[in-house]
Amino acid sequence: MSIMAYNGGACIVMVGKNCVAIASDLRFGIQQQTISNDFPKVYRINDKCFVGISGLVTDAQTLYQKLVFRHNLYKLREERDMSPRVVSNLLTNMLYEKRFGPYFTEPLICGLEGPDNTPFISGMDLIGASVATDDFLVVGTMTPAMYGVCETLYKKDMNEDDLFETISQCMLASLDRDALSGWGAIVHVITPTQVITKKLLGRQD
Amino acid sequence: MINIDFDNIEQSQPTLYDTLASDVKFLNTPHFELPPNANPGDFLRETFDHPSAPKALEFAHGTTTLAFVYGGGIIVSVDSKSTQGPYVASRSVKKVIEITPTLLGTMAGGAADCSFWERELGRRCRLYELRNKELISVAAASKILANIVYSYKGYGLSMGTMITGWDKTGPQLYYVDNDGTRLHGQRFSCGSGSTYAYGVLDTGFKWDMNDEEAYELGRRAVYHATHRDAYSGGAINVYHVQKDGWKKISSDDCFKLYQKYYNIVPINKPAN
Repeated sequence: MSIMAYNGGACIVMVGKNCVAIASDLRFGIQQQTISNDFPKVYRINDKCFVGISGLVTDAQTLYQKLVFRHNLYKLREERDMSPRVVSNLLTNMLYEKRFGPYFTEPLICGLEGPDNTPFISGMDLIGASVATDDFLVVGTMTPAMYGVCETLYKKDMNEDDLFETISQCMLASLDRDALSGWGAIVHVITPTQVITKKLLGRQD
Repeated sequence: MINIDFDNIEQSQPTLYDTLASDVKFLNTPHFELPPNANPGDFLRETFDHPSAPKALEFAHGTTTLAFVYGGGIIVSVDSKSTQGPYVASRSVKKVIEITPTLLGTMAGGAADCSFWERELGRRCRLYELRNKELISVAAASKILANIVYSYKGYGLSMGTMITGWDKTGPQLYYVDNDGTRLHGQRFSCGSGSTYAYGVLDTGFKWDMNDEEAYELGRRAVYHATHRDAYSGGAINVYHVQKDGWKKISSDDCFKLYQKYYNIVPINKPAN
């Protein structure tokens, strides 16, 4: 079994009109054994930037802690928050530093940047090959199912309510085809004025 | 020049007896084409171990099945999820195999192996019944299956099954698996979720349960296994074996059971 699928997990980011959404499942398992069903893989960096880290959970936690550390230093020096694009470039470089002994994680970054709150999403592989798109990105143990529903349900320029509904349905539908992810989900919708966070009730098997 | 009279070529027509004899011989036992190798088991293993070999398909490997004997008969309870690696192929698999109107089998391991050989077991049990004018005992039926799988030992069959029924000697429960193990017992569980199911089953078991309590124990044991085991889930099917044969009791979706056990109301409740 791949080390990337050791703990299971799924994460989606989506772009809407002046908003972005990020969702992850809640399972934390060790191979087939479910240890916890309240374990989000989405981390808040600041009010305009969230990252979702799938893959090996021990590496995801280490990476997140290092990222928070770098973000705190940045804030002390610059007296402002990191923009999502900066977080993305920082993560790319942090991952490539470990090119020959990587963190077994695939991060997704999402947020709003600049004075007019332009949506930004990006994702990367475990050694930091990043890709930024203008629609959606998925990572996890069942990406074929996730791509399938996202390609089917995604529409451009959704408002925050439609974006929430779409990302939620994509998450719940694809989790039903994945044995290693699920047990509920969490969704954050980032808008210029607030972050809306909701937990979704999902199948518990 | 050679003249061939095409209208009068003598054909060796098989007699009716020959046809019947070969049919009967062929029907008597299943025949399989084997790889051209002295040891098919090793051959298959080496072939699939090869780096560029296709992935060997193992269907329905994750499973929770259980069966137990109590004062009111036997309860058989199973999940219904089928997975290939992390991919969930189906949530509606029938893992209780109705071998004859008096015998039940369960499916764990390879779905094809279990369904084929338990169907074959059903055929042989029916033939026994016709020949001997009485129902086969569970001991004999389970031994037929154990002998079959033992004769294919090392060929890569994958099955863990409980054979249950009610015969002249009362309620009977046997565990049979692919390496030829055949055990008689009171409580068995099989599959990747079996340890969780045993935990619930052993704490909740009482010989003098009434039928409803027994159904609920079987259902709860498998439910909690589906919660902890990633490769078990779907719906839970419960069967009851009594003197006059088996009866299907219920089929409950795990999510409905979760809502019932933990009193969780869906956020978007349907209008009806």
